[in-house]
Amino acid sequence: MTQEKKKGTIQEINGPIVTIRLPGVQNGEQVRIGSLGLYGEVISLEGDEALAQIYESTEMVRPGEPVEGLGHPLSVELGPGLIGGIFDGVQRPLEAMFLKAGDQIPRGLSPLPLDREKLWHFVPSDNLEPNMPIINCARLGVVQETETVEHRIIVPPDIEGELIELAPEGDYNLEETIAQVRDRHGQVHHLKLYHRWPVRKPRPYESRDNGIEPLITGQRILDTFFPLLKGSKCAVPGPFGAGKTVVQHQVARWANADIVIYVGCGERGNELVDVLDSFPKLKDPYTGRPLMDRTLLIANTSNMPVVAREASIYVGITIAEYYRDQGYDVVMLADSTSRWAEALREVSGRLGQMPVEEGYPAYLASRLAAFYERAGRVETMDCGKGSVTLIGAVSPPGGDFSEPVTSHTKEIIQTFWALSKELADARHYPAIDWVDSFSADVGTAAEWWHENIDRGWEKRRAQALAMLARDAELSRIVNLVGPEALSSAQRWVLEGAALVKDGVLQQSALDPVDTFSSPEKQFMLLDLVLTVYDEGAALIELGVPVQELSEMPVLARLRRCKELYDSSQVDQLKAFRDEALSDFKAIHSEYAQRGEQTA
Amino acid sequence: MSAKEYRTASSARGGLLTVADVPNIAFGDRVHIRDQQGNTRNGQVIRSANDEVLIQVFEGTAELDLESTWVRFLDEPVEIALSPEILGRIFNGLGEPRDYRPPIVSNLRRSISAAAFNPAARTYPREFIQTGVSTIDGLNSLVRGQKLPIFSASGLPHNRLAAQIVRQAKLPDDDSRFSVVFAAMGVSYADARFFEEEFASSGVLGNVVMFVNMADDPPVERLTLPRMALTAAEYLAFDLDRHVLVVMTDMTHYAEALREVATAKGDVPARKGYPGYLYSDLAEIYERSGRIKDRHGSITLVPVLSMPSDDITHPIPDLTGYITEGQIVLSRELHNQGIYPPVHISPSLSRLMKDGIGKDFTREDHPHVSNQLYALYARALETRNLASIIGADELSARDRRYLEFADAFEQRFVQQGEDEDRSIDETLNLAWDLLSTFPPQALTRVNETEIAKYHRQSA
Ligand SMILES: Nc1ncnc2c1ncn2[C@@H]1O[C@H](COP(=O)(O)OP(=O)(O)OP(=O)(O)O)[C@@H](O)[C@H]1O
Ligand SMILES: [Mg+2]
Repeated sequence: MTQEKKKGTIQEINGPIVTIRLPGVQNGEQVRIGSLGLYGEVISLEGDEALAQIYESTEMVRPGEPVEGLGHPLSVELGPGLIGGIFDGVQRPLEAMFLKAGDQIPRGLSPLPLDREKLWHFVPSDNLEPNMPIINCARLGVVQETETVEHRIIVPPDIEGELIELAPEGDYNLEETIAQVRDRHGQVHHLKLYHRWPVRKPRPYESRDNGIEPLITGQRILDTFFPLLKGSKCAVPGPFGAGKTVVQHQVARWANADIVIYVGCGERGNELVDVLDSFPKLKDPYTGRPLMDRTLLIANTSNMPVVAREASIYVGITIAEYYRDQGYDVVMLADSTSRWAEALREVSGRLGQMPVEEGYPAYLASRLAAFYERAGRVETMDCGKGSVTLIGAVSPPGGDFSEPVTSHTKEIIQTFWALSKELADARHYPAIDWVDSFSADVGTAAEWWHENIDRGWEKRRAQALAMLARDAELSRIVNLVGPEALSSAQRWVLEGAALVKDGVLQQSALDPVDTFSSPEKQFMLLDLVLTVYDEGAALIELGVPVQELSEMPVLARLRRCKELYDSSQVDQLKAFRDEALSDFKAIHSEYAQRGEQTA
Repeated sequence: MSAKEYRTASSARGGLLTVADVPNIAFGDRVHIRDQQGNTRNGQVIRSANDEVLIQVFEGTAELDLESTWVRFLDEPVEIALSPEILGRIFNGLGEPRDYRPPIVSNLRRSISAAAFNPAARTYPREFIQTGVSTIDGLNSLVRGQKLPIFSASGLPHNRLAAQIVRQAKLPDDDSRFSVVFAAMGVSYADARFFEEEFASSGVLGNVVMFVNMADDPPVERLTLPRMALTAAEYLAFDLDRHVLVVMTDMTHYAEALREVATAKGDVPARKGYPGYLYSDLAEIYERSGRIKDRHGSITLVPVLSMPSDDITHPIPDLTGYITEGQIVLSRELHNQGIYPPVHISPSLSRLMKDGIGKDFTREDHPHVSNQLYALYARALETRNLASIIGADELSARDRRYLEFADAFEQRFVQQGEDEDRSIDETLNLAWDLLSTFPPQALTRVNETEIAKYHRQSA
């Protein structure tokens, strides 16, 4: 910053909200307060006084201590070195802080997010030459960030003009100039391998595009029943312990995305450690590389100051947009958006703003919508395609989906993966309720499935859902008058639905074979179970007792298929289906014969 | 220490005292207040402006006369003095002795509101702790460094269960140094006595630090008490390399005290009058458990809370469940049937179990056995429900087997003696006794190898 730093003093401290006197400070400006130099951000102005929210604990800070305005809003550093890292809610590098400061996060410490010493091998784009006009987001060259991720060095979105000079291939650190661009005012910008961008300002793009293909997560209930398109937005609501975090971890592990950004927003420290421990050992099923090579973590755990929690999801989404601008498909997971909303509520409460529902301020809905709006599939400024898929966990108090955060979120998103306490209590995992969940994108997903996997996808999916609905209806009858009231065909529906639940829907994240299920395996299992059901239904027409069908050994094995055969063993599943069919055929001919004898 | 005293109190209401004309007092500063009787009360600055501060008075503001109130700012945060001598001692919520022995003298004083652990400094907890209680070890295993609360309700034996855990908890083949920190908030004399006698009779008293706030002690002290206790626990675990088990009871009293103060301050309520920050506040406490890289000790946290009107969706259990790594839920129904410990397994959960059990930790069949029991019991409860509507006689033979399983499971697996210390092998073998009442093909959560090895019909 060239300009003189603004100086002022603290007037009042009310927890994380501090009143400062700092003439000339702007709304949104970053400030450092007190002798410790705690970081914060101005959230409202009144004459020479301003209110700032502070990202760190203000314990033992006094009125009268100095304040400094930094002249810029909360921004992130965007450049190589992000992937594989773990940052806090305002992008401080947690590994580096641990090495430097020990077990606990000290106040006032602010190491730079990206390593300045490290050298990166830069390869300039070969279609660029000096004196060429250059647009914003144009690709200057690439750096191999991890073995999986090629980091595309782009011109910052707010700069364009004429390229004066581009550095030759070679090793550079982050502070070295790799290009010079003269803008139309004649000002020369020295571009480096990184640039900064304010987190509350969405990065621009050329135009929005429709989603065209599903994000494959390897989870049957998600991909087959409630598909999510790349570039779409999704909520995962559920009471505590129902499995929101496991769903998000599973998506982070197995989704066919280029980049995964996981924001632990107001949740448990150990859950981030789990990712840090396990991801380097797990292989990306698409590239065979360690998963950490495409993953980045933002951590504001529940015990960290709440104001930084509010910032954390903006930090995450800005980094996501940055990789989108490089032409990548990015998935951002936020666990949990409810904690973010609560941070908003806490600040608004301290400001004495009028609460509207359950203490939340009136602008909750619009803030949520604006945040989710940053997801999308776009044409980037340099005519590439990229996407940000946003998946937010929601933690409704008491598991009550009518509360403000869940209900507002539901109106915004395309796909809704609703978790149920009943299913979780019965250890039916993933505990995603097939009645409450929905996807607005089944039609588009169907095109993909029909083209790439099987033409029967949409029909089979619908058949399974109809069977589950019928099952619920029939179970209600059983609970009123007992199982005797059902016909054989109806009882076979119950059996069929149980097979769908056990053999298809249930998928343990902990099972080494079944944790990931390729689309081929997903469809094969579904088709297998429904084939068995159809065959049985035909036999029941012939008069075969349900009892006999239910006790067929093939059913018990069918339930185990998902764990016996991995995604590369779809042929074995086919062989199993043939076996099952011949078992049914045997019964069929037996009964057909009997039928002839009695006739 | 600043010795400056002020007599400029301008208002006193609901535990909050405003003092005018004081220069630049630190936020969070500790305060001594001398009332007209000459008694000293304790407080903390919760809002500080140029010339005026708001003080939360721990002993309350009742009978404070503004004229004759003296306020002294200590210029330090709320701290606790730490030394190995804390073991075997009893303190109140402010860290003052309540065992008629001298205060701890030490150069080591720590603020009780510790900075958050850096997630990058943590290691994932994965060492199985055997508690000897089948419903915990077998189905909701506790690991070292976990926070696993007991959700209870008035009249249920949560204290006895907590005491049994303290008595029996051990790591198989490990006899490293072990301590207990006991934090009691708003408890009755009977309960406090119960624990004291428990610790004495099991011979651990010398390894226990107790922080006690009785039902008739000032509620505001309940706010500092768990933080005192955890600061002591951190010292024992990360300075003295001990494995610390922290038992806190009753967190509901803590939350109620928080609500009382929040209401007095005029904070915007969220649900049932509890402030919106109850979640973050509880998280600050619970997240202090865990394991840290390169440190030998650990903090395992077992908070006990009573669910108001047995309602698990009440904000206190609800927010706790959102923070902790699972929960052990006690059921009045089982209790009324005379079953001890009345652990209702369906809503109970241990999230860290998955990494602490199985082949290299307990036994290879453990994860599957646990799942299988859960699935069978869920189905059995449905069947029991059905039987209550249509009558047990109307059930099919298959359904009747589930009914029998439910009873056997509760009577034999859940039920155990208060002194019965079952090894994990005993627990798992007992599980197989029950599983073996089903034919192998009905057991789809355990694999074929496990069936061959453990199912009674196969073996
Ligand atoms: N797909 C799954 N496979 C196996 N186990 C699962 C699965 N989903 C959930 N679980 C089990 O449920 C537990 C709780 O899940 P999780 O931690 O994801 O809940 P949550 O909804 O995120 O809860 P909270 O809101 O409290 O964070 C997990 O620890 C795991 O034991
Ligand atoms: Mg979670």
